[in-house]
Order: sequence, then structure tokens, then C-alpha cells
Amino acid sequence: MAKKGDVVINIEKCKGCEVCLAACPHEVLALSNEVNSKGYHYTVKVNSGCTGCANCAVVCPDAVITVYREK
Amino acid sequence: MAENLIKPENLVYEKTKVLTDRVMHYCPGCGHGTAHRMLAEAIDELGLQGETIGVAPVGCSVLAYYYFDVDMTEAAHGRAPAVATGIKRVFPEKTVFTYQGDGDLAAIGTAETIHACNRGENILIVFINNGIYGMTGGQMAPTTLPGMKSSTSPRGRDVATMGNPLKITELIAQLPGTYFVTRQSVHTPGNARKTKRALKKALEYQKLNKGTCFVEIVANCPSGWKMTPVQSNKWMEENMFPFYPLGDIKVPE
Amino acid sequence: MKELRLMKGNEALAEAAIRAGADAYFGYPITPQSEIIEYLMRENPVERTGMIVLQAESEVAAINMVYGAAGCGKRAMTSSSSPGMSLKQEGISYIAGAELPCVLVNVVRGGPGLGTIQPSQSDYFQAVKGGGHGDYKLIVLAPATVQESVDYVKLAFELAFKYRNPIMILSDGIIGQMMEKVELFEQQPRLTEAPEWATVGKKPGRDSVIVTSLQLQSEEQEKVNLRLQAKYREIEKNEVRYETHLCEDAEYLFAAFGSCARITRKAMEMAREKGIKVGLIRPQTLYPFPVDAINKLAGQVKGILTVEMNAGQMVEDVRLAVNGKTKVEHFGRFGGMIPSPDEILNALEQKIIGG
Ligand SMILES: Cc1ncc(C[n+]2csc(CCOP(=O)(O)OP(=O)(O)O)c2C)c(N)n1
Ligand code: SF4
Ligand code: SF4
Ligand code: SF4
Repeated sequence: MAKKGDVVINIEKCKGCEVCLAACPHEVLALSNEVNSKGYHYTVKVNSGCTGCANCAVVCPDAVITVYREK
Repeated sequence: MAENLIKPENLVYEKTKVLTDRVMHYCPGCGHGTAHRMLAEAIDELGLQGETIGVAPVGCSVLAYYYFDVDMTEAAHGRAPAVATGIKRVFPEKTVFTYQGDGDLAAIGTAETIHACNRGENILIVFINNGIYGMTGGQMAPTTLPGMKSSTSPRGRDVATMGNPLKITELIAQLPGTYFVTRQSVHTPGNARKTKRALKKALEYQKLNKGTCFVEIVANCPSGWKMTPVQSNKWMEENMFPFYPLGDIKVPE
Repeated sequence: MKELRLMKGNEALAEAAIRAGADAYFGYPITPQSEIIEYLMRENPVERTGMIVLQAESEVAAINMVYGAAGCGKRAMTSSSSPGMSLKQEGISYIAGAELPCVLVNVVRGGPGLGTIQPSQSDYFQAVKGGGHGDYKLIVLAPATVQESVDYVKLAFELAFKYRNPIMILSDGIIGQMMEKVELFEQQPRLTEAPEWATVGKKPGRDSVIVTSLQLQSEEQEKVNLRLQAKYREIEKNEVRYETHLCEDAEYLFAAFGSCARITRKAMEMAREKGIKVGLIRPQTLYPFPVDAINKLAGQVKGILTVEMNAGQMVEDVRLAVNGKTKVEHFGRFGGMIPSPDEILNALEQKIIGG
């Protein structure tokens, strides 16, 4: 079974570009209905399928995502 | 309840300390941000932060010095390779890079680019090719594809009157002064990781004093191309990559 | 060790750069100043002092190399002649805006355009009024002898670092090409410590150093401009340099700089022999301009003739300094022509005494 992971999203820095969404192999991420103080819909976690692969964080242009993975 | 994984020992990816905490001014989804981070991570992983001097261009990345946490000089439009030459000649032991867009590097700064590479200046040139002038509002660049629309080629680039797109990276690779020339992208996790590996190699090669390392990153400009970021990345794969194929162009023997 | 030598102006200036402890020279050949880079290449100062010399692909590249090296806190310089100096203007503006020290040498030839390779002073405006874009000033030193060309190189580096400002040595083809005896000052050490504003690699515990002339907020750019203006006022207070000859009893005054002042001095002597009481003021700094000295003399004399190898440039600054107190006229030859003492004396008689 794949390792379990988790992401922390710095929602204030997110620009809602959706590049991370396209990069996630497990469809963990989606844009929120809410907006941050800059007016961007920001990325949120919508399920617990994260494996901590860091794909989303690597492609995020704004270094919004921090990734954790079980040891 | 699931176990809380968010603890320091489980950390696998966070923003490198070679990038500052400032929010970048780039448009949503713009490749500049990822390209910055790959270069910053390469500098970080090689432990070069304290000896690196960067040169920012004129273009969207003019404020790169706010984001890279290294000493930096902001050059006039196109002159970054000359500025980097001045820096490297007085500080041969430091790590020096330029970060330039296609208008900066391949139009107004063509002479400085070619001559720095031809002299084999021991610097890293990072070349962001997004096929357009982003900063000034989406005008035609030397790299704009045939038929591609921009605000100064509103009916599409007509090569008969506007000239051909310039594959400057292939040209640069011909010069005896260059040591490592490659073309990469940062739009997918795999490509971004490859770009970082190329940048790390280039920075390591700089220590060998064997010549200029040149890393082109084909990037999107969602605003200039008038597309969403995800669309722009797809368009880039379908249109830019056939003309600007990814991969190493010149590798050390 | 000080040393006495017979040297060509350009070569003496190049030797002075090495002796001043310069770290880097970047240049591109153009007549009548190519001897500077040729001398440096022959002398190979990297072996003498570690000074770097590089022939750039253009004047544009050369000035930007200077910008890069100056940002590293090094003593960097370039030299050129008029058309090349025009090309450097964008870079000079960036250097002035980023407040970096550097030394620029313009061995002026006649223009406009490709003009002539013969000597001229027609880049006075370009040197003292800005040259490139934006509100900035260079300190402009105008040597009249080979000796001054040498001494001003050392002075220029001192002033450049004192004020973090580009300094221009405005020479011309006469001074660049003539042979004179010079006393060369002794070798100065190159800089060993980098100033805190220099890009040297980020040290732990300090912010990164940013060398830039960009301010996106108008309020911030205005602050930069105000800071620059305050610096220029300081320079105007401290750095005015000029020489006067026979001004004590003068009823008329010549004003001339550089090589033209030498010829004008001859004309002054001829006038004195004829009983015309004329003196000479020779600004050695064209910016800051000796406004007070000229204004004071204007209260004493019946008229001032500026003598220039151009169509009338310094005359405007003299008129501003005189502020209507007395008549000011210009006499010039240009396009590479050099005025003779006879012509100058004649102009004084026609335009000032008789006019
Ligand atoms: C001498 C000069 N000419 C023109 C400009 C205006 N200008 C600023 S950025 C730019 C084009 C930048 O395009 P590119 O290098 O492709 O970078 P991008 O903005 O796309 O990242 C131009 C023409 C300038 N600042 N200076
Ligand atoms: S890639 Fe980054 S900025 Fe874009 S939506 Fe995802 S988290 Fe936000
Ligand atoms: S770390 Fe991997 S699995 Fe987890 S959200 Fe990011 S891309 Fe998806
Ligand atoms: S204009 Fe284009 S290149 Fe510039 S920040 Fe926006 S998307 Fe990026």
C-alpha cells in the first residue's frame, strides 16, 4: 500500500491557478468556493488520498504547498 | 481519526530558504515562479547561497531580486550577460548567474548573449522562453512562433515581413565557449525536477571553469497568450515543444 | 615610487589607472583613445597588480561590465570617444541610479555622427548636463595636461567611492595624443575590503544586497531623486576645482577648459603684451561648475569670452553663473579644428572689447 501523506496549503499565497490540481495523481486537491484576501479561489484538500508525492508542491509557481509523508 | 502526519520528521517538501517569503508578483500559473524555485533549490542543495551573485533582467522577472535570497544586480534590458561578465571577472571564485526572458536575451541582448557565451564566461545563463514580451503587455518576441498572435502580430506572426523565430539556444550550442546547453520546461512535476537537475549540473560545472552553461526553460505566459494556466501548459506542449524540442543540446564529453 | 616619464596622454592615463589600484578596465577600441586599451593589454596589469583588462564586444557591453564590477565594490573603469560614449549612456544612467562608483574617460572627437577623429570639446553638454536619461549628474574632470590626466585618474576613483557616483574625465584628442613629461604617482594598493553595499555573496545574518535603479512606487523613486539631489548639492559645495591666471587686475576674462585653455593662455599672453588686461579662468571640474568664482569675476570685468572647441556649450553655464552682470560671448572652432591664439585674441577684440 502506498504511504500516506498530507499537504499544508498557504492559502494566502495561493493564486488559484489550478496547476497543482492537474499535477496531483490522486485528485486530492480542488479550488475552494471561498476566496483569500487577494480575491483568489485557493486550493484545498478534498479527500484523504494524498501519498505525499510532492508533485503539487513542485509545480506550484508560488511555493504555496508544504508536503509531509509518513516515515 | 487518521494519524496526524504534519510534524517535522515527516516533512518531504517545503519552500527553499533561497527563496524569500515575498509573494511573487507573477500572474497566476506563470512559469517564472517555478523556474525561480528550481534555480533556488539547486543553489540551496549545492550550498551556494553565500557565494552566489545573480543578475536580474528587464522583463517580468525584473524583480527576481526580491525572490532569490542571494546578492543580486538588476541589469539594463538585454545586458545581463555583460553585467555578469563584469561580476565574474572580478570575482572568479563566486557563482554567477543571469536570469533572462526571450526579449531580453534573444532580441535586444543578442550581442551580449552571444559574446559572453563565445568568450566562454564561466557563468550560468537561465533563459526563459515564453515566446512573448510578457512585461510590456504581450508583444511579439524573437521567439514568437510563426502564425502566433501577439499584440504586435495581431494577425499572427507573418515570417515574410516579421522574420523567423530565433532558435538562439541551438545557435549558442555551436559556440566553442559553451560547455553545457540544454532546453527544459517546468510545467509538470517531472519536467520541473529535470530542470532542477540540469541547473544543478550547470552550477557544478561552473566550478570547473570550462565555459558558459546555458539552460533554456520553455515556459508559459498565460496572460500574454490569453489562456488559463492549465490551457497554456497544454498549448505549450502542443505548439512550443515541436518547435523548441526539450532535451540536452550540448553536453560535456 | 614616484617616477618621471615622457608619455603620450592616453598611455599615461592608462598607466595611472594601474597605479591607482584599479581592479578592472572594460573597453572597446575607438580613435583617438585606443592607446588606452592597447597600453593596458601590453602592460598586462593582471601580473603587476591583479587588475583585469577586457576588450568588450561593444561600448554597450563595456559599460555594463563596469556596472557589474562596480556593484561588486571594485574600482572599475572604461574609456571611449564620442560615438562610443553615446552608446554608453544608458549604462551610465543605471550606474548613477544605482549609486555605484566608476570612472569614465571620454577622449572627445568632433561630431555629430561619426564626425571626425580630430579633437573637439563638443561633448560638454553630454558630460555635464546628464547625457543619458533621468535626473543625474557626473562629476566631470577636465584635464589640460598629460599630468592632469594622470592625477585625475587617482582623484576620480577617490571621488567615485566618496560619493558612490560615476566620475567622467573629459579629455580630448589633443591631450590624449600629445607627449609630455609626467610625474607618475606611486602604486596604490587595490581594494581589499568590499563596502557593505557591494554584491559579494549573501553573508549569514544580513539581508541580500540588491543593486538596482528600479523603484516601482513613485514615492520611492522621488526619495531616490531627492537623495541624489542632496548628494549633488554636497558635491557642488565640496568639489569645485578651477585655476585662474592674471585675474587680479583683469578688465576682461577668458573662460576655457581642457586643451583649449592652453591655447587661450597663449592668447592671454599676447593680449597682455598689447596692453589688454585679460585674465583666464579654467574650470577643472565642469560639474560642479565654478559658479561663485565666475560670478565674482563678472563683477570685476567688462566682458567674458568663452573659448571652446565646440559651437558654444560651456558659454551657457558661464552665462548662468554671470547672471547678467556682464557681457558673455563665445568663440569656437569645431569639427576637429583647433583655434589659434591669434583668432582668439581677435575674437576678444571684436566680440568683447569692440563689441
Ligand atoms: C532599452 C529598453 N527598451 C525597452 C524596454 C521595455 N521592455 C521592458 S521588458 C520588455 C520585454 C520583456 O520581454 P521578455 O524578455 O521576453 O521577458 P518577459 O517579460 O516575457 O518575462 C521590453 C521591451 C526597456 N525597459 N528598456
Ligand atoms: S499551483 Fe499553487 S498557486 Fe496554483 S492553485 Fe495550486 S497551490 Fe494555488
Ligand atoms: S502530495 Fe501528491 S498526492 Fe498529495 S496532494 Fe500533492 S500531488 Fe496530490
Ligand atoms: S505577463 Fe506572462 S510572463 Fe509575465 S508574469 Fe504574467 S504570465 Fe508571467
